[in-house]
Amino acid sequence: MSEVVLTRVSKHYGNVAAVREFSFTVQQGEFVALLGPSGCGKTTTLRMIAGFIPVTSGRITIGTKDVTHVPPHRRNTGMVFQGYALFPHMTVAQNVAFGLEMRKVPKAEAAPRVEEALRLVRLEGYGERYPRQLSGGQQQRVALARALVVQPEVFLLDEPLSNLDAKLRHDVRIEIRQLQRKLGLTTVFVTHDQEEALTVADRLIVMNKGEIEQIGTPEELYNRPRTHFVADFLGKSNFFSGRLEGEGIFRTTGGTALRFAGPASAGASLVAVRPEKLRLVPVDSTAEVANTARARVELVTFLGAIIETIVRLESGETVTVHSQNQTIDRHYPVGSDVLVTWGADANLILEEPAPQPA
Amino acid sequence: MVAAQAIDRRPGPPTFAVGRFAYRLVVALVFAFMLMPVVFVAWVSFFANEIVTFPPQGYTLSWYTRAWANRAFTDGFLTSIQVGLFSMVAGLILGIPASFAIVRGRFPGREALNALMLSPLVVPGVVAGTAIYIYFVQLEIWTDVRFVATLPGLVAAHVMLTIPWTVRLISASLVGVDRSIEEAAMNLGATPLTTFLRITLPMIRPGVVAAAIFSFIASFTDLEMTLFLIGPGRSTLQIALLQYLEWKFDPSVAAVSFVQVTIIGIGLLVTDRFVKLSKVV
Repeated sequence: MSEVVLTRVSKHYGNVAAVREFSFTVQQGEFVALLGPSGCGKTTTLRMIAGFIPVTSGRITIGTKDVTHVPPHRRNTGMVFQGYALFPHMTVAQNVAFGLEMRKVPKAEAAPRVEEALRLVRLEGYGERYPRQLSGGQQQRVALARALVVQPEVFLLDEPLSNLDAKLRHDVRIEIRQLQRKLGLTTVFVTHDQEEALTVADRLIVMNKGEIEQIGTPEELYNRPRTHFVADFLGKSNFFSGRLEGEGIFRTTGGTALRFAGPASAGASLVAVRPEKLRLVPVDSTAEVANTARARVELVTFLGAIIETIVRLESGETVTVHSQNQTIDRHYPVGSDVLVTWGADANLILEEPAPQPA
Repeated sequence: MVAAQAIDRRPGPPTFAVGRFAYRLVVALVFAFMLMPVVFVAWVSFFANEIVTFPPQGYTLSWYTRAWANRAFTDGFLTSIQVGLFSMVAGLILGIPASFAIVRGRFPGREALNALMLSPLVVPGVVAGTAIYIYFVQLEIWTDVRFVATLPGLVAAHVMLTIPWTVRLISASLVGVDRSIEEAAMNLGATPLTTFLRITLPMIRPGVVAAAIFSFIASFTDLEMTLFLIGPGRSTLQIALLQYLEWKFDPSVAAVSFVQVTIIGIGLLVTDRFVKLSKVV
């Protein structure tokens, strides 16, 4: 296993930049997720690492080797495709053995390795079947075994879970994570599903329009999003635009004064607040909280573990509040008056203004 | 068919029963009409009388032995097989790369190229035969190499008959091949050539088999175009039959034709085992 380094990698199609000046290092044994909406360039980036798409400019190294202009079959990456891409005319064992055969591993040595790989994905005894005789989840595991048996330097996953049903997706996700940890695989995982990315990756790269928006651990990105895009794409956020007004105070355009903690650059004009950081309390409550606003309940939605309440502040701004579905918390019917309260550290000052509507 | 089944499920008023009967009758008549020539050819080939008249005066197998003993037929048959096999192979060698270019390529004129590849289907054989004959004669004048009435000349002309089939059938198979499967092979260390031989080719095999059979049939049964390109000592079976008919009208022609129909029928049945023809054609 090796580290993967991308240095100012760009991909242009005519005048359109699919990926722009992408620089990043995947540490040895690290699990990195490329996350973003469709068309953000995440799959293009992955396919450039695998060698299927030539870069327009920039450099890609795997371990100590510059692979920028090396064809895919000499890169030693192990890729799992969205549609599994199993060879339909070969048995499971032949599928898994294919990479070893290409590496001229003698049959006597290959057979036990194939068996070992199938055991790793809990498919021992399935070697003689054909892909069409397996379920989606099983096919997915064959694809994993096939990519891993050759001991690739980098493990590449292109939306590997998107064709599975919800329950299976959860199980296979955990399986992939455990395999990755156990084998110490340097992994790049592409997904548009933020929950998937948050739960499996050591680090996330959030991409938008061919560029990196923010890089960090799942906690960093969720708790300290730097841009409107990240705050909006990862989880839910309430946004307030406005401007700074003295030390630790942000005045929204609706007139609400938000008290925040920590530094903020002078031009800050947007604040994000996660819905679960907000609390609803009775109007006569006297608790000391940094931010308090009177509001009226407009809509209550039951989401199972969470109750989503949309309230309108006296300033006219609407805010979404997530409360745990617990009996100790009071719930408020539509039309009732409440106080919304939140701590100073819940106000996240973003570095850039909200995108202007086109 | 669908309509008939839908009606079958619940007993309806008598008008439905009448409609169903009429429908089946029409279908039966259409099939009977289409099969009539084959049935008659088969029947006539067993007639005992030398001049074909109805009703037959008796039945015999002797036309089959007489046809087999006719050098013009056996030589023509061998030539047809030779020409058919060579043009089939040459058609595949040219048609497979052409299909890749048409299906995978992104270049201006791709649609036009596709249309060009299929165009021999719509050019009348007589026209194509005349054109190729004139072209061959010109070539002979320029190069002093003989083309008309040679095996290479015939094969070259027949490749034109096979190309539309190979390109059409192989393109249809190729469209269904998931590119990521080929990428997976390359990702696992297969060179582009190995990927083609081990992954792509097996996946388009049904199309290739169907293309081979249809190419062979197209070449084997061609009369009009071939008419211009044969010469003394080199004739295909169809030409031999035509020449024979100029002097005689006995059932040996029917016997040869029925053997042909049987061979082609078996060819189609074999193809059908590899690929459901209705899906590809």
